[in-house]
Amino acid sequence: MLIELGHFALILAFALSLVQSVVPLVGAHKGWRGWMAVAEPTANGQLILTGFSFAALTWAFVTSDFSVRLVVTNSHTLKPMIYKISGVWGNHEGSLLLWVLILTLFGACAVWFGQNLPPRFKARVLAVQAMVSAAFFGFILFTSNPFERMALPPFDGQDLNPLLQDPGLAFHPPFLYLGYVGLSMAFSFAVAALIEGRVDAAWARWVRPWTLAAWVFLTIGIALGSWWAYYELGWGGFWFWDPVENASFMPWLISAALLHSAIVVEKREALKSWTILLAIMAFGFSLIGAFIVRSGVLTSVHAFANDPERGTYILAITGIFVGGALTLFTLRASQMQAKGVFGLVSRESALVANNVLLAVSCFVVFIGTIWPLVAEMFWDRKLSVGPPFFDAAFTPFMVVLSILLPIGAVMPWKRGSIAKAMRPLRGALVLAFAGLALAWAMQSGNSALGPVGTALAVWLVAGAASELWLRAGNRWPRLWRLPRADWGKAVAHAGLGITVFGISALTAWQAEDIRVAQIGEPFDVAGYTIRLDSVDRVEGPNYLSTMATMTVLRDGREVAVLHPEKRVYPVAQMPTTEAAIDNGITRDVYLVIGDRQDDGGWAVRTYIKPFANWIWLGCIVMSLGGFLSLTDRRYRVAVGARRAPAMAAPAE
Amino acid sequence: MTMRALILSLALAAVALPAAAVQPDEVLADPALEERARELSKGLRCLVCRNESIDESNAELARDLRILVRERLVAGDSDEEVIRYLVDRYGEFVLLKPTLTGSNLVLWIAGPAMLLLAGGIAAIYLRSRRRAEEPDVDSLSDEERRRLDEILAD
Repeated sequence: MLIELGHFALILAFALSLVQSVVPLVGAHKGWRGWMAVAEPTANGQLILTGFSFAALTWAFVTSDFSVRLVVTNSHTLKPMIYKISGVWGNHEGSLLLWVLILTLFGACAVWFGQNLPPRFKARVLAVQAMVSAAFFGFILFTSNPFERMALPPFDGQDLNPLLQDPGLAFHPPFLYLGYVGLSMAFSFAVAALIEGRVDAAWARWVRPWTLAAWVFLTIGIALGSWWAYYELGWGGFWFWDPVENASFMPWLISAALLHSAIVVEKREALKSWTILLAIMAFGFSLIGAFIVRSGVLTSVHAFANDPERGTYILAITGIFVGGALTLFTLRASQMQAKGVFGLVSRESALVANNVLLAVSCFVVFIGTIWPLVAEMFWDRKLSVGPPFFDAAFTPFMVVLSILLPIGAVMPWKRGSIAKAMRPLRGALVLAFAGLALAWAMQSGNSALGPVGTALAVWLVAGAASELWLRAGNRWPRLWRLPRADWGKAVAHAGLGITVFGISALTAWQAEDIRVAQIGEPFDVAGYTIRLDSVDRVEGPNYLSTMATMTVLRDGREVAVLHPEKRVYPVAQMPTTEAAIDNGITRDVYLVIGDRQDDGGWAVRTYIKPFANWIWLGCIVMSLGGFLSLTDRRYRVAVGARRAPAMAAPAE
Repeated sequence: MTMRALILSLALAAVALPAAAVQPDEVLADPALEERARELSKGLRCLVCRNESIDESNAELARDLRILVRERLVAGDSDEEVIRYLVDRYGEFVLLKPTLTGSNLVLWIAGPAMLLLAGGIAAIYLRSRRRAEEPDVDSLSDEERRRLDEILAD
């Protein structure tokens, strides 16, 4: 009964979204306040109904209701509770329900936090947002009903893919979706501004917190996914340039560009049409990402479904929304006149350079991702585009970006000079070269990657610190009174530096050892002594495990005792490798147990991964920077002044 | 042996475990050759996998390819000869790094070309901004000015 009510609630929410896409838009056009105001209860109603629907499906998973097809195919009574819950979105239908839940959540947030928006503009934003949610309600109801019942409920379920039964991956999709879908707000604001025919500093100030929030969630989501790949897939890779990873990385790059160009609109009223275009593209790439993951057109490790009908539907949604918005854009772009005037060397120019680099690097990722498809369609060439291409084609952009970033960050608005901008950065420059020399001297080989990565990282972090110091007028007490936006900016930029260091150190200086280890016979890897003590068979809640006990020693002292495992999930008929990692600040010791050999030994792989955790630490620091910026007074003022519009009602 | 342990060992035996990436028995005695084999493996696609190199993959086919690469190296092939041998047998699908030939030139040139184009447009835009007339800065309407004062007064 609850399941049918959940389904019914979803249909009602669909109806509300249809009402909300039309009525407020007409109201805004005609200036009818009553019609505009319809958007608020409908947006709240959509959230409540979709929330109920999601709760009903979650309940079916929690209570293992095997009369629901989705529960049968993705759950099992023996599965731990947390994975019963994460199983809700560990499949196509359920993840789509989560997607619409977040869409309606953002719509409702626009009502709650948007008290300050002019009513006509707000009505348009909510109408556009409702069109997006209507499209996805239609998608889920017509092609991917999560509430389908089984005629004959089986005794037990078929279990969730064991690779997905993991804490890192349990929360990877919700964060990613908060990011993807958060960009729909930027899209709605952009389209509403195009309908209105007006983009100004206020618009940029409204759209920026939504974009920032979406970017923070995307950063966390991508980091969780990469962290999961690192410890779960068994050889410690953290990024594979897989189509689905690229699908999340492209919106991240574009939203980073959008964050920066919106600053120029807000402060200087320039780059308006470009910023609108970025807002459309950011959500466009989210939709393309959804298409890539769900259509199975580009084969990838985590494609959900291989269903052409669903792919066609998402492609149609993408085409209609992006195409429609771009058409509107070409009609209205000429009305958006830039106001700010600035010199060739200025903060504005630096932010333009940032946008060029981020947008073009995103283009490179995009073309690399779809190239196999293009080559097969037009030239009948079946080929692969893998990490070697992306490493070669993408990395240079990030190197240039990292070099320019600290200089651009201290550059004054309107007109500056490079020599003046470099003055506060002299210390950072010296430190960067010191880092280069140190890394060069310490490393054993002569690869350029490690030292250059170190230098760039030091440059970014020290540059961010120098910038804060400059803004504080070289005085300590003032440092703590700087606006949170300044802190947010410096922290986020330093986070990028930390990630750059982690990636280059890990890639350049990793040590690897593959061997047959005999029980009780120690062996040495890069200064560590590893001893295989025993291998046991252990039974988990829903799996069987071959678990090794291994001791890691350094200079005769015990560093850690680790338990790498090989698991078999009998229900899903699938083996997984569970690496054991001793996490450290300067290195991870990463152990993997393989098969038993004929001579009684075990295949063992040992990796010493220097500074691996810095990759994700940097992501956390970047998100923290974004969060700090979000709590800045400017945005709180905009929200806090919500009671004012009643008195200052626009004369519409 | 208890009943439970018996079931456990039977279950473990029943499910065929895949070979993990690079096995100890594949490793060549000559470290220089092994190093070359690893580098080559990283650029070769495991044909039955989804976007994994044979160096990373657990699949049987990847193991066969890894052994094949090592056999060719031991037989004295150069890196290029090994790659040509594999491309002749499996097509260019096996290469993770697309070759710089024919239509693939578009892929490789797309990034730099786009950078030039975007850089050019940006340069023209920046020049126009430098020359532009400073418009009337005080372009807020009275209504907006009042609203701004209210917000700032909070």
